[in-house]
Amino acid sequence: MKIVVCVKQVPDSTAKVVVEQGKITWGDAPLIMNPWDEYAVEAALQQKEALGGTVTAITIGDESSKETLKRALAMGADDAILVADPALTNMDTQATAQVLAAAIRKIGAVDMVFFGRQAIDGDSGLVPAQAARLLGWPAITLASLIKIDGNRVHAERGVEEGRQIVSAALPTVFSLTKDFGEPRYPSFMGIRKASRAEIPTWSLSELGIPAPVSVISWVEIMNPPVREVNCEFITGGNPEEIAETLADKILAEKVL
Amino acid sequence: MNTWVFIDHFKGIALPSSWEAIGLGKTLGNVTALVLGSGVDGLAKTAFEYGADEVLLADDAALADYRAEAFATTISKLAAERSPDLLLFPTTTRGRELAGMVAIDLKTGVMVDVTSLEANAGRIIVTRPIYAGKLLTKEACLSKPQVITLRGRAFPKPAIQPGKSGTLTKVSAAGGDFPTQVEGYTAGEGGVSLADANVIVSGGRGISNNPAFTPPGGLDEKQAEAWRGQEGFKMVTDLASVLGAAVGASRAAVDAGYVPYVHQVGQTGKVVAPDVYIALGISGAIQHLAGMRTSKVIIAVNKDAEAPIFKLARYGVVGDLFQVVPALTAAFKKKLGK
Repeated sequence: MKIVVCVKQVPDSTAKVVVEQGKITWGDAPLIMNPWDEYAVEAALQQKEALGGTVTAITIGDESSKETLKRALAMGADDAILVADPALTNMDTQATAQVLAAAIRKIGAVDMVFFGRQAIDGDSGLVPAQAARLLGWPAITLASLIKIDGNRVHAERGVEEGRQIVSAALPTVFSLTKDFGEPRYPSFMGIRKASRAEIPTWSLSELGIPAPVSVISWVEIMNPPVREVNCEFITGGNPEEIAETLADKILAEKVL
Repeated sequence: MNTWVFIDHFKGIALPSSWEAIGLGKTLGNVTALVLGSGVDGLAKTAFEYGADEVLLADDAALADYRAEAFATTISKLAAERSPDLLLFPTTTRGRELAGMVAIDLKTGVMVDVTSLEANAGRIIVTRPIYAGKLLTKEACLSKPQVITLRGRAFPKPAIQPGKSGTLTKVSAAGGDFPTQVEGYTAGEGGVSLADANVIVSGGRGISNNPAFTPPGGLDEKQAEAWRGQEGFKMVTDLASVLGAAVGASRAAVDAGYVPYVHQVGQTGKVVAPDVYIALGISGAIQHLAGMRTSKVIIAVNKDAEAPIFKLARYGVVGDLFQVVPALTAAFKKKLGK
């Protein structure tokens, strides 16, 4: 089973992200592997443990993104690939999907591609389905359970009404939820292996594609409007009286 | 502007954000609703009543079960033949992936989870949250058609006009051998979904601290905490049920096993914007606040007066959850006549 897991480096989820002079900043908060992608790496390693095969982590970014690939290697991925090219800036989701689809084709003979459900920076959640479409493979998004049976996969996926149970022929692209269990911590041996790993960098010419054209432009990035709220604390009396007052205040807002 | 709206439904029951999308489309010009499924002519009728001028109805046994490939191929084929200016999808599981696939087919981009939109001489600029709402971006699409997914509850649901009709056009499903097979469904746990809720009652870590709860013997520390949290969440669920509200939770409460992940609100859970958000025993980590900060009225009950959640709250109670929450449930029961 040859599994590719697509990961992204993002500011830590606890970071205070703000716009200063038109640029996004997050102070001294660290860059981490997108938390959703950690679940995808975990799920990929579980499949490899069950079925044999390899797990390849891939990302698009600059040299610093190798840290996130090293995290995947330290968790247990077999190898990692960085796609880097000066032309790859301000990409929209379809441009990202084009580059990843080209890289997945170049890797070759891939059975499954795993993504986290979305990246916590852009929050789009579109790339898995778009990459699948470009590859001409089925997409099973928000998968919470994956079982391989020969050349077919049986999966459960979250939909608004519960879970949809589907099957598809491999190769298939998945985006994954948290249901595969907590991502493992890298072992000491894993960290040593990762620190020594030579991570190849692929440029667009090595992928054999022209620079993808992004069609979504960011006109402006803004801090959200400050919420002008003065909290009115309900005090005095026993809990029943406080509850009574609070219920009246909420009902007076006429939103219930 | 000629706008198409994908009507997202499960077994003929539409998700309300589909109607919100028709409402928005009507402010821009003509609206064509896309109704795909099997035995879904009732949905076409409802789409007219919510304001659609035309319905493209693909009623076909091959579309009885939702499959992304079959639905996306059908929509892309119709769009390639008829050239709409704008395609709107609700930001649901199905809407999001279809928008992504259709955009690839039509060689265009997607603006996803949009919360407001301005149109000026055919050029659309949208606003959408990124970093779970820590920031907002204004985006435009340089190619045609424009494909947009709309966040639920961000746009008003239009009034229903009983008996209103329009042009019904029957179209066929795209042929082809699609590799994905649907084997069945398992129902969710029911209750009100976070995305559609007017009111959300959420619990955090504080929910497990009731000194009156004694876990059964034989549990380790982690299991005992999960047990205390599950017991504590019963009062959250009680209040939610009196208010017809959805149940939410902080990441801490989910990670500690009090409630399943589907309830998580925040940066790695769901981003919500109900009319009323009641936070119980939630101190307000930045990832949680990002996920609920645009709620209209926020109410917080916490024992710590310094908790960050109070900075967003309209009303706050500093006190003992285990006394205040049951009393609040009782007060609402009485006042709402339940």
